[in-house]
Amino acid sequence: MKTSSIVSVPKINITYIFCYKMKSKLWLFKRLYSQQLPPSPKICIVGAGPAGFYAAQHLLKKIQDVQVDMYERLPVPFGLVRFGVAPDHPEVKNVINTFTKTAENPKLRFLGNMTLGADVSLEVLKKAYHIVLLSYGSEECNQLEIPGEEFKNCINAKRVVGWYNGIPKDRNLEMDLSGENVVILGQGNVAIDVARILLKSVDELRKTDITSYALEALQKSKVKRVYLVGRRGPLQAAFTIKELREVLKLPSCSTIWRKEDFTDVEKHIPKLKRPRKRITELMLQSVNENKVVEGQKEFRPVFYRAPSRIEGYNKNKVYMKAIVLCKTILEGDTDHIHKMRAISTEDEESIDCSLVIPSIGYKAVPADTDIPFDHNKGIVMNQHYKVKKGLYVCGWLGTGPRGVILNTMNGAFEAAEVILKDISEGHLTNEPKGGFEEVKKGLNNQVVEWKDWLKIDKVEQEEGAKLGKPREKITDLAEMLKVAAS
Amino acid sequence: MFNQFVNLFKSNRTSTCVKMSSSVNNIASAKLFHTSEGKRHGEYEWQDPKSEDEVVNITYILKDGKRVPVKGKVGDNLMYLAHRYEIPMEGACEASLACTTCHVYIQSNHLDKLPTPTEAEDDLLDMAPFLKENSRLGCQVVLKKEYNGLEVQLPQATRNFYVDGHTPKPH
Repeated sequence: MKTSSIVSVPKINITYIFCYKMKSKLWLFKRLYSQQLPPSPKICIVGAGPAGFYAAQHLLKKIQDVQVDMYERLPVPFGLVRFGVAPDHPEVKNVINTFTKTAENPKLRFLGNMTLGADVSLEVLKKAYHIVLLSYGSEECNQLEIPGEEFKNCINAKRVVGWYNGIPKDRNLEMDLSGENVVILGQGNVAIDVARILLKSVDELRKTDITSYALEALQKSKVKRVYLVGRRGPLQAAFTIKELREVLKLPSCSTIWRKEDFTDVEKHIPKLKRPRKRITELMLQSVNENKVVEGQKEFRPVFYRAPSRIEGYNKNKVYMKAIVLCKTILEGDTDHIHKMRAISTEDEESIDCSLVIPSIGYKAVPADTDIPFDHNKGIVMNQHYKVKKGLYVCGWLGTGPRGVILNTMNGAFEAAEVILKDISEGHLTNEPKGGFEEVKKGLNNQVVEWKDWLKIDKVEQEEGAKLGKPREKITDLAEMLKVAAS
Repeated sequence: MFNQFVNLFKSNRTSTCVKMSSSVNNIASAKLFHTSEGKRHGEYEWQDPKSEDEVVNITYILKDGKRVPVKGKVGDNLMYLAHRYEIPMEGACEASLACTTCHVYIQSNHLDKLPTPTEAEDDLLDMAPFLKENSRLGCQVVLKKEYNGLEVQLPQATRNFYVDGHTPKPH
């Protein structure tokens, strides 16, 4: 160490003098100076989901001498790839292989079971690292804010997804599947995922990494009809064509549209852009094939309806009877169909049901009180990924929950570029930072490292193999920690 | 983990193939070729062409306009070939038609020579930002001799994710 610093000092002086003589080349000096001098930056990423992994991948690729520490609240990595992607979409999870390669880079350290705002504060992280990148995603779900929302069997889609995918806090979700009719509010891809899981044959799901308790409950399920209710019309439907096609092709399930929802739709087709055009044509084609088949389950998309209230039998909100929906009309510029808004009318419609699943979007929460947060938008305040000096954000936490993995990936790469630029332009402090060694001093909890996750991974795959599944997820936090420590 | 996934895809893919329409065959069989050989995806692309007959010269055009000529060969997958030559093209779902991270534009007059995209590829392209007439998924393009001279452009990344106050710089 000593020798190298002795050598490097005159080197800089020489460069300095040289450049001083050639003032026109001063910019070159600045460039060299700023690129050479900062010590190996210590970077901390909070949240080990797709955004965090893609940002880490890019930073590791672009900076030779760097330490990236990735903090994750759970003892297991991959965020929504593990807990959000539907179990019957294993191919989407292939991205785990790329993430694993990133995690195996010796310059990256995975630190699981570390919660920002509980185990470690933003203040501590900012002191210990040159750069803190927040990428912990959107945690909370939007509320319906209608009477009857407190019914026991009105359960947010996020929790349903968490339940079948094995998120520790949702594993004990009590969902009554003994009724025939389920109403899902919202028409995004999460809504479609939930509908598909409820309508799909259990034998198909058995081959996936769906949790065993969910499989058992779905086996006993009496659900026959799933309504997918949207405030706007078919031309504004939020689901994408791949997901729709998948439901349309479900064996032993018929899709039944309301023909009246499609009056006037056809005339808009010529002016639609390609993606909207293709999905609309697919819907219209499917409308023509509407058929109730005896003994088959039913998928029933409903348009132009807004939830009004949930009704039931007793005051304790235990027995749900029906959901009352308001009819809506669209308002706005017909040349900008996607911007048209739904306005509720006095007309009502009631659909009998015993389970309501709102799927109306997520929002992020500030994990630490020091995070500048926009509560209206539900995102961390930022200017093109930068929050303030040394603090950055990427993924849904900075953009809101939208877009497919490509958007998250590009966003994470861009955020990493912003960080790289700030490093090379010398916008960050040059003082040495303690990194995890410093954070560790104030810690009481068990830290789960990558090698510990590999133990959990191994156990899960072994247990899965016994059942003919790719894995049987451990869903109990204490058990995860026990395996990690073994 | 990987093998189990592969097995799953095999079964998925076979069943999907049956459902798919006519134009699928070329691509599907090329894809099955890799798995049925028991190779990990992308390994074939690491083999150099055995003879000039096999060579397919292509050019990747990066986001900044930089042109990278690459000597590919018949049967190479455009995405895995890009990985070999460190072209910044991702492949999150590993060519299983579940993402759009390998979205590219096929330049010049080569578009017509490529088999028409399958329904599944088109469905995914619908989700890709900056979709154009000549958009394809890199992982679905398998080189043939007649593609010699093919130019593949990578799309720009950013779309609508700027937060208030930021003015995107012109490219």
